[in-house]
Amino acid sequence: MVLIVLALIRTRNLFGVIVLSGAYSFLMATVLVALDAVDVAMTEAAVGAGVSTVLLLGALRLCKSEEAKPAHRPWLPLAVAVSTGLLLAYGAMDLPDFADPQAPIHQHVVPRYMENEVDVPNVVTAVLASFRGYDTLGETTVVFTAGAGIIALLRRRKSGRGADGK
Amino acid sequence: MENNLVLRVVGKLLIPFILLFALYVQFHGDFGPGGGFQAGVIFATGIVFYALIFGLERARQAVPDRLVETMLASGVLIYAGVGVAGMLLGGNYLDYFVLDKNPVIGQHRGIFWVEVGVATTVSGVMLKIFYMFASRSVAGNAHEDPED
Repeated sequence: MVLIVLALIRTRNLFGVIVLSGAYSFLMATVLVALDAVDVAMTEAAVGAGVSTVLLLGALRLCKSEEAKPAHRPWLPLAVAVSTGLLLAYGAMDLPDFADPQAPIHQHVVPRYMENEVDVPNVVTAVLASFRGYDTLGETTVVFTAGAGIIALLRRRKSGRGADGK
Repeated sequence: MENNLVLRVVGKLLIPFILLFALYVQFHGDFGPGGGFQAGVIFATGIVFYALIFGLERARQAVPDRLVETMLASGVLIYAGVGVAGMLLGGNYLDYFVLDKNPVIGQHRGIFWVEVGVATTVSGVMLKIFYMFASRSVAGNAHEDPED
């Protein structure tokens, strides 16, 4: 994955970037499988490696395939990114160990989830759809809003194609 | 890409299984990994695959725009409708226990319909975004596919 990220930074050909980010998503999916988060891994493989790659390729057909030279030096954004990363790493040091049964998150509501009054074998589904139904309703609405926004934006462009510039 | 024999044959072989796998992920989400979101994305991926191989127009004939837009809205309505149904049956909003005399079966029923709603919206949105982008590029290139 580190190799892919380095290649992503170095590559200026956008087609290569898209293919590499698809490969990165697939590797990320395998990492998630290794962390026992199979549901998330499936989503990552299907959305990150599948649909978004296709969408980016579709967008690539609309623009040039070479990345333009950056307009200014990258030092300030780089400094912000590095310091944020260091802060996150510092914060992550205080987190409990991975899969530690004594971690606070496993002491709070998880016992009730695991008791499983819903009687659905996949606890992830039970939590998403039942215990946190409101969250999932909100997420579905967000997805719906994204689709509606796409329709609103691109439809208008199509009707006024004379000013499109392409 | 439409004249590539290997792609056409492999695509025709694979697409039914992709769609079937989407349905499996949807309805088996209670027992194994998966659920509405994943199923919706996989379903959309199958259609996108079809569009890539056989052309956007044929995909639009198979899954027309009107259907996609209906899916987009009806998924959220199904989800919200489950909540309203719970209220009508005397519970709180999105309370599944009242959907059946047996609370566990009620939960199953609620989760099932909620997942159906999620899958419908997600696959509708994915397909709509893909259609929008793809048809834009076709329009931008004066109705010609440069790769062919």
